[in-house]
Amino acid sequence: MHVSFTSEENDFQKEVNSFFNAKYPADIKDKQNKSVPLEKEDFIRWQKTLYEQGWAAPNWPVEYGGTGWTPVQKYIFANENAKANAPAIVPFGLGMVGPVIYTYGNEAQKKKFLPGILASDVWWCQGYSEPGSGSDLASLKMKAERAGNEYILNGTKTWTTLGHMADWIFCLVRTSSDVARRQEGISFILVDMSTEGVSVKPIITIEGDREVNEVHFENVKVPAENLIGEEGKGWTYGKVLLQHERTSIAGVARSQYRLSRLKEKIRNSDNTQPSLTGDSDFLKKIGQLEIELKALEFTELRTLAAVSVGKAPGPESSLLKIRGTEIQQKLDELFMEAAGYFSLPYVPQQYNLNSDPEEHVGFGADSVSSLVYFNNRKASIYGGSNEIQKNIIAKHVLGL
Amino acid sequence: MDLSISEEQSAIRDVISRFIENEYDFEKRMSIAEGDSAFDSDAYNFFVEQGFTAIPFSEEDGGLNGGPVETMLIMKEIGRGLVLEPYLENVILAGGVLKRLATDDQKSKWLSNIINGELQSTLAFTEPQSRFNLNDVATVAKDNGDKAIINGKKSFVLNGKEADIIIVPARTSGSQTEAEGISLFVVESDLPGISKNNYKTVDGHSASEITFKNVEINKDNLLGEIGKGYQTLESTIDDATLAVCAEATGIMKSLHDKTVEYSKNRVQFGLPIGGFQALQHRMVDTLMACEETESILLWALTTNQDDSSSLKKAISGLKYQIGIAGKHVGQEAVQLHGGMGISWELDIAHFFKRLSSIEILFGNADFHMKRFLTLSNN
Ligand SMILES: Cc1cc2nc3c(=O)[nH]c(=O)nc-3n(C[C@H](O)[C@H](O)[C@H](O)COP(=O)(O)OP(=O)(O)OC[C@H]3O[C@@H](n4cnc5c(N)ncnc54)[C@H](O)[C@@H]3O)c2cc1C
Repeated sequence: MHVSFTSEENDFQKEVNSFFNAKYPADIKDKQNKSVPLEKEDFIRWQKTLYEQGWAAPNWPVEYGGTGWTPVQKYIFANENAKANAPAIVPFGLGMVGPVIYTYGNEAQKKKFLPGILASDVWWCQGYSEPGSGSDLASLKMKAERAGNEYILNGTKTWTTLGHMADWIFCLVRTSSDVARRQEGISFILVDMSTEGVSVKPIITIEGDREVNEVHFENVKVPAENLIGEEGKGWTYGKVLLQHERTSIAGVARSQYRLSRLKEKIRNSDNTQPSLTGDSDFLKKIGQLEIELKALEFTELRTLAAVSVGKAPGPESSLLKIRGTEIQQKLDELFMEAAGYFSLPYVPQQYNLNSDPEEHVGFGADSVSSLVYFNNRKASIYGGSNEIQKNIIAKHVLGL
Repeated sequence: MDLSISEEQSAIRDVISRFIENEYDFEKRMSIAEGDSAFDSDAYNFFVEQGFTAIPFSEEDGGLNGGPVETMLIMKEIGRGLVLEPYLENVILAGGVLKRLATDDQKSKWLSNIINGELQSTLAFTEPQSRFNLNDVATVAKDNGDKAIINGKKSFVLNGKEADIIIVPARTSGSQTEAEGISLFVVESDLPGISKNNYKTVDGHSASEITFKNVEINKDNLLGEIGKGYQTLESTIDDATLAVCAEATGIMKSLHDKTVEYSKNRVQFGLPIGGFQALQHRMVDTLMACEETESILLWALTTNQDDSSSLKKAISGLKYQIGIAGKHVGQEAVQLHGGMGISWELDIAHFFKRLSSIEILFGNADFHMKRFLTLSNN
């Protein structure tokens, strides 16, 4: 029993590492390191860099432009990505709708949509949740009525992340209510956001930013050819995607990176700022977190070991999302705790590369720690809340 | 034994809770938080007109002779209404130092004007390096004949933007972290050499970083004896700690109540989510956390105010509880509201942010646990 990589895998790691050293744009890295929020343009430039390398879609099959990597290679890539503090891929196109299209779409749809997604030329957002349908997604009400060669869409989607920047939205819609199970009346449809009748309203979240939106559809005419697969099968397609979201959400490598940054912060504090090096209570919390993170890492490795020999992951994989998000949120807490009073100034304007450091309040990114903590309470809510995850585990793993 | 409050005391609570209901709703509160001013002067005047700014001061000083129970009642309502006006800064912090140390002349100059609402004030209790240690004071005051010259930097000065006077702990002798050698000075904030970097805080309040560069003040502005300011600083911060704990108790109760209410109305899977046992147990846990906190608050309020080491211990115990239980109740309220819990539009997010600030203010749970243990060994 061992956890070392093969020599090919070690070579691969070196290759990935030197790619990040050579190609990860310095200005984006600078922003990331200073906790300056990235613009849409930054994401696009970075994703295009990956695209040019042929690495934009580690999970896609080779025939559609994927990498053909083994699970271990994907794992190595994710690790190097986190170690370089490179941004995560914006998931809606490459991580979500792309796989649905190449799995369930027809040839015309694949041809039309996949290249734009792969090259990050077209931006997508996810239209699942509605005001009345969050955890109970199958209760969704937004209607799509067939009229000739079109569907007419009416209803509201909400919590739509980056909806204000997206070109297209993929929606779960109700095409029939005359069915035995309500899931059977749901279809999966692609909508051009510039279609008449689509309007996007901001929702401001707890930290004061616009990240999510309410998207209204009023008699929006969508060509019937934008429907994916069969009418009434959207729930199955949509759920596959959610499962996908659930395994990639653990974020082990990113949490490891953040943990190392936290330790560094504490080691490097000089006498112009409070020192936590001698605070055994705080150090104990870091130690506990490191152990929990090891548990998560090895759980992920167990899952990886299973899938790399073609076995289905066991029940251990079900803890990845729950513990992964809990650990992310604990890290958020510790960063804020370490910052103390300096986490409290609300000065988003200072997270801008052109701002004058002389006028900054506090040290480094301390004041952003609270905003991250508040905002990231979402991690245990979206993508199937942690309560819903536990319900699923109770049902499918415990058989209750 | 009688743990109830008197009629006069409940009248205080009713006045402020009616004010919040009628004139300080969430919308109004948010317009102040998002506006350029630090607070709303009409709202602050309400506290003055009702005599609330006179409460913790003796009758000789022009006050109403109120005790910690009266302050607690006010602060709880301030918590429930997410009130932004600087009652804590003026009355508990600056007023707290002045009532303990000021001479009659000094009181008539400053304390009377705090009571009548003419003067805005604050206490600058933190420095960039000090974290929660009140005795870590690097700001120095140098003797210069009938003047003192102040140099140093204070971080996170609440109400710093509006404050006409700032009470500044400065070192007149001793090493950086010695309790002995800290003196308290009243510094008028329009003096040359003072620069303020003002900002809003994540909970909608306002604060400043204030730098003092060769600021010359009159020696008459020294409060109490030279080098002997620490004890007053510590007792005043203890009062303020008790006050924000009462505020936090009000917030926790609001969050809990609102969450229970929400769970009765939000329907998923054909049921109000409050019908799911997994969530019912979570809300029972937050209820217990609120009630325990209320009990510890009573412990602190009924501790003999003259027994300083018992009082400090009770206050640190309470602040520890707020740190732990406040975080628990706050996080649960957000989680059980789902996406609504992190939307700016709803009060839940803002209660949660205020509670998170209070967790840090005047020392977090770890700090107060350490202090509690030191006091327990005595
Ligand atoms: C920042 C953010 C970004 C998002 N981005 C998107 C997006 O891009 N596209 C999109 O479609 N959606 C998005 N969502 C929506 C997200 O998926 C939902 O918020 C989530 O599904 C929860 O739904 P809800 O908010 O309506 O909460 P509710 O479903 O109302 O849940 C409220 C609480 O009740 C609990 N609960 C509900 N049912 C049960 C049960 N049976 N047993 C136990 N507990 C239960 C929940 O866990 C939660 O704690 C986003 C949400 C957020 C916060």
